[in-house]
Amino acid sequence: MKKIFILEDLDCAHCAQKIEDAVSKLEGVEKCTVTFLTQKLVLEAADDKMDGLAKEVKKIVKKIEPDVTVVQK
Amino acid sequence: MSKKLKKSLARILAGVFLYAAAILCEKLFPGISENLILILFLSAYFVIGGNVVKTAVSNIGHGQVFDENFLMTIATVGAFLVSEYDEAVAVMLFYQIGEWFQSYAVNRSRKSISDLMNIRPDVATVLRDGKEAEVEPDEVAVGEWILIRPGDRVPLDGIVRDGETSLDTMALTGESIPRDVVCGDEIISGCVNLSGVVKVEVTREYGESTVSKILNLVENATDKKAGTENFISKFARYYTPVVVFSALALALIPSLITGSWNVWIYRALSFLVISCPCALVISIPLSFFGGLGGAGKCGILIKGSNYLEALAEAKTVVMDKTGTLTKGVFRVVEIVPDENPEREEAKAELLKAAAYAESYSVHPISLSIQKAYGQEINKELVGQVEELAGYGVSAVCEGKEILAGNYRFMEKRAVACKKVERPGTAVYVAREGRYLGYLVIADEIKEDAPKAVKELYKHGIEKIVMLTGDRKEAADWVADELGIKETASELLPGDKVDRVEALLKETVGKGKLIFVGDGINDAPVLARADIGVAMGGLGSDAAIEAADIVIMTDEPSKIALAMRISGKTLRIVRQNIVFAIGIKILVLLLTAFGVTSMWAAVFADVGVAFLAILNAMRAMRIK
Repeated sequence: MKKIFILEDLDCAHCAQKIEDAVSKLEGVEKCTVTFLTQKLVLEAADDKMDGLAKEVKKIVKKIEPDVTVVQK
Repeated sequence: MSKKLKKSLARILAGVFLYAAAILCEKLFPGISENLILILFLSAYFVIGGNVVKTAVSNIGHGQVFDENFLMTIATVGAFLVSEYDEAVAVMLFYQIGEWFQSYAVNRSRKSISDLMNIRPDVATVLRDGKEAEVEPDEVAVGEWILIRPGDRVPLDGIVRDGETSLDTMALTGESIPRDVVCGDEIISGCVNLSGVVKVEVTREYGESTVSKILNLVENATDKKAGTENFISKFARYYTPVVVFSALALALIPSLITGSWNVWIYRALSFLVISCPCALVISIPLSFFGGLGGAGKCGILIKGSNYLEALAEAKTVVMDKTGTLTKGVFRVVEIVPDENPEREEAKAELLKAAAYAESYSVHPISLSIQKAYGQEINKELVGQVEELAGYGVSAVCEGKEILAGNYRFMEKRAVACKKVERPGTAVYVAREGRYLGYLVIADEIKEDAPKAVKELYKHGIEKIVMLTGDRKEAADWVADELGIKETASELLPGDKVDRVEALLKETVGKGKLIFVGDGINDAPVLARADIGVAMGGLGSDAAIEAADIVIMTDEPSKIALAMRISGKTLRIVRQNIVFAIGIKILVLLLTAFGVTSMWAAVFADVGVAFLAILNAMRAMRIK
């Protein structure tokens, strides 16, 4: 299953990279790409893990870039 | 300007005011106490960079060291400790100004690139129970009728049921000439209605519509990263720690030897400022994004930065003939009566006889003859029509038997005539057993095909091969007209794959292979080639799905344009890499030897990033 999150106010490309790395390392994540330019985080994971992971993603983003608001699409 | 940008601009301006006040006090009142000066500078510092320090501290709590905020805080706090107050504030100020410009430029570029592909319809006016209702496009079901007024963007794909208008397809194809549609024509979402009010029966729901397919493709294009982008993210992963450890070494080793701690710590702090790889990690993807956006504006949809990058390495182009180099539409190109071949009346008579004989057939060749005749055919005059597959048609017209078909048909019916050697298809016509003459029906070469071949050679393509399922004469004629040296004709779809496989083997290590096809029957070959380019046409799903690059206007010359965009984008990418890394290394060296101050370091960080972003935006502009 694929889920898309919009990272509003993401304006540090280096942080986008860090978010991508951190989320990719989470258990259960099959693939994660963060595109700085479209402010989009695409997360691929098994259906049953998704809800838990969505929370983790928000936590990670808050940690790396406190100014960013995560909007689930 | 976003709220966040406005807020930080206000903070920067307030900080500048305080900073100027602090400097004035220091200069005007030489006797003033050191502590008061420090307080003034510190307040300026916190107004300007308070958020940076705050983030740095909270990030350390999270175990996030080595981020920009941390490095800037260390650098400036260090400057305070070595009593360089005005320098500390100035560096933070300069950094914030740079950051501000960077955010501003990134926001602007995001916006202008997304404007390029601004084809998303906002509302659909649906007709329900005789009333108009404005709804979201995805709430309209297949079979419902929608109303489209002049100036509206067509929200859904459908068929015009009432009214006529012309459409601006610019956003989809880059084509500036409006397209006319009348009742019964297909209408495609994403176009803009220019002149008339039309009622349209919806044929596909929003999720399946052309516009949402294209938007999906464009939005996901940035997910497929180019090799250079991956290189940069890897580079960034090593660059920062290396610079940070060099800073540590620079602070400790020379200080232990010379004993002048202040000098070397200050230089090490400048190193930290330069250690952020922002200029690279922003500007490289931005350049690719700009290139993709610029291509999209010209009607070339590229499905990922990796394909944009691969285009520049292409050396071989394999092209399908029908539908790619030719229009795929048959047309009567020659009418040659057996007697008096130059007389117009004779030609008209021959064409009329053929058109009447073929009037019941729906074969593309028959249709092209009927179209060339152009007048109403009185079908009551035609009877006893008999179609012989592989030969032709016989019919009785105004009491006389007419035969129209190939040479074998004439032989079979013992009509004496000469065999015609021409590209295209010859249709022989006889009346009452007497030979009247022949028509030649051929496919037309696209207007821009000669230009396409010429430009491809100009852009570094070494070999162009044309593959076709058509007969050899037809293929050779097209190849000659266009100056293509290699062709293979009379191929079955499977043969095309084999040919492309063989060519791929030949080109291993010698550049990429592009295959250009019309997308409907060429899907396996499109998938197999390094870069599959489909002549998309509007609304052709198969093409949009199978290919890596879709040309919305069906013009083969757009391949050369795509290569030019690719070349330009990669040039900008290389400029940015060399420029950003070059300046950073230069400033690192100058700093290590004490030639420059922390100012130069801040420029090497945010200034370079800003300039690289401006350069990246050039990728979007296509002449």
